[in-house]
Amino acid sequence: MSLAAYLTVATCLFIIGLVMVAARRNLIYVLMGLELILNAANINFVAFNRFQPGTALDGQIASIFVIILAAAEAAVALAIVLNAHALFDTIRPDDYDTMKD
Amino acid sequence: MGEILSFWFFATLSVGCALLSLFHKNVVHSAFALMGTLVGVAGLFLLLGADFLAMTQILVYAGGILILILFGLMLTRPEPEERKLGRIWGGIGILGAGTLLFVERVGDKPWFVQAKDLASPEPTVREIGLELLRRDSWLFAFEFASIILLAALVAAAFIARRRFNREEIE
Repeated sequence: MSLAAYLTVATCLFIIGLVMVAARRNLIYVLMGLELILNAANINFVAFNRFQPGTALDGQIASIFVIILAAAEAAVALAIVLNAHALFDTIRPDDYDTMKD
Repeated sequence: MGEILSFWFFATLSVGCALLSLFHKNVVHSAFALMGTLVGVAGLFLLLGADFLAMTQILVYAGGILILILFGLMLTRPEPEERKLGRIWGGIGILGAGTLLFVERVGDKPWFVQAKDLASPEPTVREIGLELLRRDSWLFAFEFASIILLAALVAAAFIARRRFNREEIE
């Protein structure tokens, strides 16, 4: 398959993740949308790496670091979500408005 | 022929499961649909010749992050679902069309290898291991990533254990 095919799949995943972050009113969905966006970026890294001339693997290694950071981000974000739920008794991001007044 | 078939299979799996998890009303079903997406992306990695990365993807994403998300679902209360898709569809549509147009143009630039000239993929595990531990290459980033993981571990345990109360914040 050509490079454009892989880039198209990555674009679709990115846009679905973006909609998920923007439109769902639930913090867990925001996290899932973030994972989708990071996955789209990973597909781009690996696809460009495969279709470049030469045999360097820098794209795949960058993608490994993205996975590492995604794991760290998911753990800390989940802890924050749990604490916010204990504090505000809701996980709708719209309801976190303590700083408004 | 087999490669084209598998590409379409994995592409449909990942995009279809992502759409399912976007539109499904039940959060748990959405999380399991996300697993389909992650496995599909791992298949795409395999087709791109990244064997180590595909296995890492399944181990870390489908095995770790998804379990974390399911734990988050278990420990919080499900909310009556309310979506505001309508007001952002226009912007998303324009963005998507523009990006797809751009992608079509990038794909056949001469500085990329064309699909028919690709060398057959080789095992990458040894190469990645050597690259990660070579001093003038990725060694610093590799060690720094382990420090970040340790910091995230401690921070997640601390934040999840400590219960803030409302008076303290206001």
